[in-house]
Amino acid sequence: MSDANVHAGLLAAVLADPGRAAALDADGWAAVLAMARAEQLAGTLGCRLAGLPVPEPVARWLADAREAAEQARRTALWEAEMVRRALAPLGCRTVLLKGTAYVAAGLAAGRGRQIGDCDILVPREALAGVEAALIAAGWEWAKPDAYDDAYYRRWMHELPPLIHEGRDRMVDVHHTILPLTARITPDAEALIAGAVALENGLYVLSPADRIVHAAAHLFADGDLAGGLRNLWDIHCLLGEGAEAMEARAAHHGLAREVVRAVRLAYRLFGSEVPEESRALRPGDALYLRRLLARDGWGRATRRGTRFGFYVRSHALRMPPGMLARHLWVKWRRGAG
Amino acid sequence: MRHRIGLRVGPVSFRIGSDRQAPIEQLRALYAGYPAPDRDIADHNVRLEAPRPWRRWLRPQVRVAGDFELPGAMPLPARHALLAAEMAMNLQMALGHRRHLLLHAATVERGGRALVMTGESGAGKSTLAALLAARGWRLMGDEFALIAPDTGLAHAFPRPVSLKNESVAAVRAAWPEARFGPELAGTPKGTIRHLVAPADAVLRMDEPARPALILFPRFGAAPEIRSVSPAEAFVRLTEASTNYVAMGERGFQALTRLVREVPAVALDYPDGAAGLAAVERCWAEL
Repeated sequence: MSDANVHAGLLAAVLADPGRAAALDADGWAAVLAMARAEQLAGTLGCRLAGLPVPEPVARWLADAREAAEQARRTALWEAEMVRRALAPLGCRTVLLKGTAYVAAGLAAGRGRQIGDCDILVPREALAGVEAALIAAGWEWAKPDAYDDAYYRRWMHELPPLIHEGRDRMVDVHHTILPLTARITPDAEALIAGAVALENGLYVLSPADRIVHAAAHLFADGDLAGGLRNLWDIHCLLGEGAEAMEARAAHHGLAREVVRAVRLAYRLFGSEVPEESRALRPGDALYLRRLLARDGWGRATRRGTRFGFYVRSHALRMPPGMLARHLWVKWRRGAG
Repeated sequence: MRHRIGLRVGPVSFRIGSDRQAPIEQLRALYAGYPAPDRDIADHNVRLEAPRPWRRWLRPQVRVAGDFELPGAMPLPARHALLAAEMAMNLQMALGHRRHLLLHAATVERGGRALVMTGESGAGKSTLAALLAARGWRLMGDEFALIAPDTGLAHAFPRPVSLKNESVAAVRAAWPEARFGPELAGTPKGTIRHLVAPADAVLRMDEPARPALILFPRFGAAPEIRSVSPAEAFVRLTEASTNYVAMGERGFQALTRLVREVPAVALDYPDGAAGLAAVERCWAEL
């Protein structure tokens, strides 16, 4: 194992088994804290190590991280409430996704989690009404650009991001969980129909669909940036209702992604999964290599691997001809 | 990273790494006498690294990097690495520090009581702080005032004072014994030179002080002193705080307490000497 891999693996090991923290020296701590910051896992680490004997400066750092996560939780829940109020008159189901869903439903994955945008899923036929209602309530386009706008509307699984004029918070309105151009087409209607109601009238995905979505997000979309955090989400979700997971994954066409998530979560975090789902398969090593590509200063390492996954993310997202056209437009405008 | 230094400044510690040796040597000189982080574990990481591999040698550059970074921040020429380090430390504080309410302010202390001077870049707070330090006030910091939410006390963050352009000469004239870091010419803010923090500022960095006066100085205007209401001070200080929103209710409580307990004064002054005299007058009238 390279030096970098040791550091990155250290964070995963401590998250999986907080008892491992007792053996860390100053350099080990420095690496774990830097990694946790870089991978948006600071609050998660803070919650995992709460109450354990750690050196005084580490205890302060962890307390700060918990405090920041608590503030993020409060802000995310408030934003969800703002969205609920704006959409309530429409009468359609509003399903919270990702971080906001985890904290709203009080799930382990939400403990200490960093939360950025408010991600919601609504029925595709309700999209126009949702958009109008949000704009009437003070959200506005974050990317007022004709090509981007048209691209989102035609090909993406979400509206172009909307940002609230007063609170400066972003909402991502999804109508399914993968881009329309991707080869896999999950059953969005089933996701919404199977969603679980919260007390306030908002919904979260069913336990099995949460895992399927998290795995789709990690392996079927994007370049694995922030992947370690997403895999930690999956590790937590696996402990809270994985019974119907395989059937659901097959139904959505995401069986491969889900079993890969299960294997890697077991490998890095020791998740409770059936014995036959544990052994790594060819190709998994490459994903591990990408997930742990940081050094003891939190710097991105393994440029080749990262670039490979970046290319892969585009290949997953659209057919070659379309990709060429897209990159050509982006390159001509220098937008990247 | 190949070269590194650990520093503690008041209640905050940094691990600063660099791919070149020179910036670390410069930091060692500027921060001689500062303690290492407790148990060698720092709150924040700062990285002075080339934005592209070849920028270590070819027209070398350095990027403002660390645990927190601003996307799209322009790299600086490597000869301005000290400025990059200062900016990166500020950024880690502004985005990462939650233990204290941070006010973009210079703070000095006398008789156990703190004078907090806040204002935008160019208002003259660093220069005033240096001039006051030359007259025996203890320098608590020229960048951030750290207000503890539980006690309301100001904690010191006494880094080398970042002086710009004409203020370097003004401080040198007022304080011939003062020591300075290397001159950084042609930065985005003009010529910068760091005033090495006085020995007592470093020795007493763990000594907090009760805020006694909040000052809103404005350099280059006709002399005027005006009392500022708690409500106006509150609004102006929310704008001067980098973490007021992030601190949530604790930030609100710390700030309302500060403006309720501490009088605030807006001070316009045409030059350093007039500014000093006005500050002393306000202080005497407390």
